[in-house]
Amino acid sequence: MEILMSIVVGVLFMTATYLMLSKSLLRIIVGTGLLSHGAHLLILTMGGLKRGAAPLLGENAESYTDPLPQALILTAIVISFGVTAFFLVLAYRAYKELGTDNIEQMRGTESNE
Amino acid sequence: MRSNNIILETAIKVILFIIVLFSVYIFFAGHYYPGGGFIGGLMTAGALVLLLIAYDIKTVSMILPFNYRIMTGIGLLFAIGTSAGAIFFNVPFLTHAFGHIDLPILGEISLHTATIFDLGVYLVVVGVSMTIIQTIGEDE
Amino acid sequence: MSLLHLAIVAPLIFAILVPFFYKSFRRIHTGWFVLPLPILLFIYFFSFISTTKSKEVVMKTLDWIPTLGINFTAKVDGLGLLFALLITGIGALVVLYSIYYLSKGKEKLHNFYVYLLLFMGAMLGVVLSDNLIVMYAFWELTSFSSFLLIGYWYHREKSRYGAQKSMLITVFGGLSMLGGIILLYLMTGSFSISEIITQADVIVTSPLFIPALICILLGAFTKSAQFPFHIWLPDAMEAPTPVSAYLHSATMVKAGIYLVARLTPVFAVDGLWLWLVASFGIFTLFWGSFSAVKQTDLKSILAFSTVSQLGLIMSLLGVGAASLHYVGLDDNLYVVATTAAIFHLINHATFKGSLFMVVGIVDHETGTRDIRKLGGLLHFMPITFTLAMIGAFSMAGLPPFNGFLSKEMFFTGMLRVLEMDFFSFDSFAILFPILAWVASVFTFIYSMILVFKTFTGKYQPEKLEKKPHEAPLGMLISPIILASLVIIIFFFPNSLLSDNLISPALSSILPSLLTDEEGFMVHIYQWHGFNPELFMTLGVIAVGVLLYLTLPKWRRVYDLFPENLTLNRFYDGAVNRAQTGSFKFTKSFMNGSIRSYLVYIFTFFIVILATALFYKNAFKVDTTNLASIGVYEVLLALLIMIGAVSILFAKTRLSQIILLGSVGYTVSLFYVLFRAPDLALTQLVIESVSVALFLVCFYHLPKLRREETRIRFKLTNAIISVGVGAIVTLIALSAHSNKFFSSISQYYIENTYEKAAGKNMVNVILVDFRGFDTLFEITVLAIASLGIYGMIKLRLARREED
Repeated sequence: MEILMSIVVGVLFMTATYLMLSKSLLRIIVGTGLLSHGAHLLILTMGGLKRGAAPLLGENAESYTDPLPQALILTAIVISFGVTAFFLVLAYRAYKELGTDNIEQMRGTESNE
Repeated sequence: MRSNNIILETAIKVILFIIVLFSVYIFFAGHYYPGGGFIGGLMTAGALVLLLIAYDIKTVSMILPFNYRIMTGIGLLFAIGTSAGAIFFNVPFLTHAFGHIDLPILGEISLHTATIFDLGVYLVVVGVSMTIIQTIGEDE
Repeated sequence: MSLLHLAIVAPLIFAILVPFFYKSFRRIHTGWFVLPLPILLFIYFFSFISTTKSKEVVMKTLDWIPTLGINFTAKVDGLGLLFALLITGIGALVVLYSIYYLSKGKEKLHNFYVYLLLFMGAMLGVVLSDNLIVMYAFWELTSFSSFLLIGYWYHREKSRYGAQKSMLITVFGGLSMLGGIILLYLMTGSFSISEIITQADVIVTSPLFIPALICILLGAFTKSAQFPFHIWLPDAMEAPTPVSAYLHSATMVKAGIYLVARLTPVFAVDGLWLWLVASFGIFTLFWGSFSAVKQTDLKSILAFSTVSQLGLIMSLLGVGAASLHYVGLDDNLYVVATTAAIFHLINHATFKGSLFMVVGIVDHETGTRDIRKLGGLLHFMPITFTLAMIGAFSMAGLPPFNGFLSKEMFFTGMLRVLEMDFFSFDSFAILFPILAWVASVFTFIYSMILVFKTFTGKYQPEKLEKKPHEAPLGMLISPIILASLVIIIFFFPNSLLSDNLISPALSSILPSLLTDEEGFMVHIYQWHGFNPELFMTLGVIAVGVLLYLTLPKWRRVYDLFPENLTLNRFYDGAVNRAQTGSFKFTKSFMNGSIRSYLVYIFTFFIVILATALFYKNAFKVDTTNLASIGVYEVLLALLIMIGAVSILFAKTRLSQIILLGSVGYTVSLFYVLFRAPDLALTQLVIESVSVALFLVCFYHLPKLRREETRIRFKLTNAIISVGVGAIVTLIALSAHSNKFFSSISQYYIENTYEKAAGKNMVNVILVDFRGFDTLFEITVLAIASLGIYGMIKLRLARREED
């Protein structure tokens, strides 16, 4: 199962990277969303899969799945929601102000010489 | 602009209460069963989003006149307050305390300061999600 | 925190209050609020004199980072107390003077006094810390406050230039000093100066000893403006005159002197220390006085004069360090040099402080500092003239002023170098008295220029901006106090200074010469009889008068130096080249396109991880410890992969968003299968809210246009993304197969109920065990939501022209 999950994670990272390298803002945002999914699954896979019951003491099980990665992922999910929302609004405002969603056209002109 | 989706409007009146109640249950259950501040908060926010979809923003803000930014602030205060409260008892920041109390009828109940912390999380999550959705929705 | 610590940081705390005073009491000059603080501190430190007199040392420790041996240890001994008194005493006078110098209507007084107090606190910290790291922190703080004060009139280009120059040079020195401190730590295992001194005999044999010595000296020389680092001091004169009087003559530039004096017991065992300190000092003395003569700006003359006087004190400390090679005090020839250094340090603060204030008065009342425009001011400003004369004559080493006493002792010290018979001093020893004498002649000349070119000669009213008149009384108080000290010290040096300040300071610099009961017996004489020193002084006066009168005839010597070989040119060139070079270099890869940056990041990511995997031989697939694969899981995996890949080919925004949602929902199903109910619930709700969010924004977002179709563009992207995907898969496999550490999760599993009385481990970890994470997480969320609110609600102010 871990091997399969590693491949799934790899595919998620690959598509995310491809989207992030494109020029349209929306694609980049979708790319970051995929990237966070990939990262979450990666953390979960690292902790070992299906090693016991769900991490609830009420289950009275012999062994439990590793709770720490789950706690980390929970934090990460909520944070990535905040970041995605922020990014989305940023893109939307930038589009309204600048009239383009092509990041190549958004390039600032640096003039510090 | 009023939406004319009668079915959704009628259904939402019932469903909303169920979802909100469930989210509150999930929040309190958090220490023992799946749930907690994050999920509870998100679920409440989800219910409110549903309400927004059924009605329009003006109606919703008339029914629920909350300032969600202030709710975020209160939530943060709760969380930091519980964490900092530990200092007054000469234990490190963020040390939680708990105790068991026997109440008549209800039986044994345990009280956690961690629940107050989680309440802070709950409020922040609701506040943040709603601030985001509301601001974007209102813009035009 | 003891009262002593409080006294050190009091100026820093007080600095916070200054803006409030400035805002609330506009009509009263902010300086009046600041003035009581240095006076109180002066009185407080004054009360320590009886303690240090009996060779006691007050030590108070406040733990800061005890595990690294870094503690805020405040230590009051003779040397530190002397400096603390200088800092607070001169500080009080300077604040008083500044009240009249800076007008309350036009200047940004709150900035000025905040910077000044910042400096005062930092400087007290430097001289009263026993811990080298703490001292270093304060040391850099003095550099910063000096930077801010030099750039106080930041609208002037020269101010900014001077500020930057002083900052670059002193901070460079500071960093090298930090290196030296760390080397000392490596040798001794301690940051405490007192402890390092006790190990002085041991570390001299260490191979790190010489590097540490050089690093520390670099710090001291840059701060105290020793040749060739002196170039920042003349440019620092762009600061308001009270600042020049305070930082750039009386206190900050003496931090280097302090450092050398403080660490003399550590390093003086080695001949190199003597050589470097003494020779750099004596050459700076000569070069500074020589350069001062050609200046036309009054403050520049004083700047170079300060450089040269600092060199004088430095050389005395160098020669004085030789006394540590003798046992005990009997027949110790070189103690007199150290005594002279301390004594001159005090004298210099008095006469140079008053001279700076006098120059400030001239500048303030006439509008210029150029001696070519000034002249004949004697009739307009008799008091100022008297003060200038006292200061300048003292500087020239004439009686009856305190400069005469320390100058005589200086000559004594330099003449005794001739008798030095170790460290191959004998071959060059003769240079020391000669350079000292020549420098004294130049000192005499520029002192005369300072007084007589300004106050006598032809009065040229047409060249002055204002009609000159005597300064207001308040402005004169501070220089009058200093000038009176100049005279009083001449007549009563022993009862005032010897036992109270000089002798305790000496026992800090040369501790090993004393047994426990002994103290340095310092006695300063006005009259030594007809000895070589007196004849040297007489020679200085005779030759000095002659050269001063014939100055126009030999002035051309200064034109002999080629313009483009000066140190300033070198500095400017180096700074310029560094700037343009680094700009070009940055420009070559920072092209402003996000995509390029992402390409760098991802390429680096691939390369570094692949190399690590390869070199560490870490790649390995362990197939023994795998979880079982079920039908559902395979289905879900396929679903997720298909969903992800098809986003790449989606033609519309809507399909992209829906596909992203489907991937998210599938992930939440995975969480169900992998026994993570909390995650599954959260992911499910989040995905719904996110999709709603995307849809709300949907109407406002642009339609997808066709991506660029250049093959090269697509190919680069494809290669990089496949690389990233592959490397992540490999890392995931290897990480799963190599387990070096046992998991820490067992702790959480075992203690969830015992320590936190909860049963849901994930939730308990979130709110209890790792509550800090959660606390910061919700803070980040709140910030993000406020950011969104701000972006939408608070439109950027439209540009005016629209």
